[in-house]
Amino acid sequence: METHRHPESRPDYLEFGELRELQLQRLKATVSRCYGKVALFRSRLEERGLAPEHVRSLDDVAQLPFMQKTDLRDTYPYGLFASPLRDVVRLHASSGTTGKPIVVGYTRDDLDVWSSLVLRAFVATGLHAGDVLQNAYGYGLFTGGLGAHYGAERLGMTVLPISGGNSERQILALKDFGVTAICCTPSYFVHLIERVQASGISFQELSVRTGVFGAEPWTEAMRGYIERESGIKAYDIYGLTEIIGPGVGIECSEQAGLHIFEDHFLMEIVDPNTGEVLPDGHEGELVITTLTKQAFPMIRYRTHDLTSILPERCACGRTIRRISRIRSRCDDMMIIRGVNVFPSQIEAALLSVKGTVPHYQILLSRKGGLDQIEVLVEVTQEMFGDRISELEALQARLMQAIEHITGLRVPVRLVEPNSIARSEGKAKRVIDKRSDGETAR
Amino acid sequence: MIIKQLSVFLENRPGHLGRVCEVLARDGINIETMTLADSREFGILRLIVREWNQAKVTLEAAGFTVNTTDVMAIEVADEPGGLERILKAVENGGLSVEYMYAFACKRQANALIVIRFDDVERARAVLQKAGVGMLSAVEFYG
Repeated sequence: METHRHPESRPDYLEFGELRELQLQRLKATVSRCYGKVALFRSRLEERGLAPEHVRSLDDVAQLPFMQKTDLRDTYPYGLFASPLRDVVRLHASSGTTGKPIVVGYTRDDLDVWSSLVLRAFVATGLHAGDVLQNAYGYGLFTGGLGAHYGAERLGMTVLPISGGNSERQILALKDFGVTAICCTPSYFVHLIERVQASGISFQELSVRTGVFGAEPWTEAMRGYIERESGIKAYDIYGLTEIIGPGVGIECSEQAGLHIFEDHFLMEIVDPNTGEVLPDGHEGELVITTLTKQAFPMIRYRTHDLTSILPERCACGRTIRRISRIRSRCDDMMIIRGVNVFPSQIEAALLSVKGTVPHYQILLSRKGGLDQIEVLVEVTQEMFGDRISELEALQARLMQAIEHITGLRVPVRLVEPNSIARSEGKAKRVIDKRSDGETAR
Repeated sequence: MIIKQLSVFLENRPGHLGRVCEVLARDGINIETMTLADSREFGILRLIVREWNQAKVTLEAAGFTVNTTDVMAIEVADEPGGLERILKAVENGGLSVEYMYAFACKRQANALIVIRFDDVERARAVLQKAGVGMLSAVEFYG
């Protein structure tokens, strides 16, 4: 619970008119900056007969061209930088699942903004100086580790830069260092829950009470599982490398949507197929324009994340608006026998069956020109009875749950524990072995 | 009268069964008897071992999912009709048998079978009344 407002969180509560005015000022400045410094952006504006002075209101942003992940690949490594390299004091990169990584840069001012945003994010989850944070996001080129670190340090928390992996050491830290909060990917925390339980420790004995999880989509059902099994409050944090890293959005104590830091990010929802801007409340693809980034500004970046803007005021009092939990990435959608299916639907279905632990994997293959899907689910102690009939009944319940949510009969294969690779980072939920090559997402 | 049986979940893939045996052998655990129940997609390996607790810990450490079940070890006269008499008692007592399997070796003139009953307490009462020989864990392991 936030007991008082942190001074740096003031912009979260800006009066609406003031916020929009600030956004417009910053949007104009960013558009001018990009026009002057980013060749790709200028050429696109010129193609459309546009110039920075055409942006006179926030709605005018809809006239501007989109930017895509492919633009980052095409201009690898520094083609989209709007600052000279000597002003770029930090580089980060995200591993693309195919091809070259995406490279982003930060000036000193950018780093200052970034750590302030992450501070605001932690504050929204009720954390404060005096909390002991175990940062199990990966440190290195990934924005998660260092991003969380500097925000946490700025807030004045006691930060343990443990990075990802080495579960035994993670558990030792949870036990011995008085850790009150942890941040990592939700799938890695699920793994830690199992390891804690397997080592005979109860979460009651541990002091951790808050988790800030992100870097991959996760369902309400997964949150329910985490909170039930560990007793902590689990908050969703949103970010992406191309925009800044963690700190684009955060759930507050209401846990009802992600507040986007609108003083730094202008958001739109567009139809993923036509690019048309959709009204608040409609689900579509989130498009973000950075308002203050210097080294790596982004205009109308297509995030490929599916969500909607929640226009209602949040009970926490913040005026910066929320988006609904990211259900999936647009490209996560699988089309099986003509039906649209998202991994998050499979996840929610599996978790609705009592006793299921969320270690699952979706295998996609092509046989005889038709898309085939199979879901692997690990069998745990809790799920395993002594009778074949019990296991077969469990299998049937899992298949029914999936059919109920997706409308598809999908075969479920029960596999031995630990046969699905664990992740320290983002979980590979889908293995796609169809003809366009194997891509794991 | 209750013997502890271990059940291990196995995928239907080559080598998995062998690995269970390897893990137990490495730990010096001797398997008294075993049976493999299979469905199309997976199997359940049921084992009786003396050091069942140690075996469970060892198998779990090796990554297997293990359960323990209470079963009964019943003496059956090793002659035609021996089993029939037992099953008559079971039927008359209205007991429900989940599964059963026989031991490879005998005790004196008797064969041994392992039975899992739905209701183990009722089974014990019924079989006792019918004069069927049941082995306690102590007698069983000798």
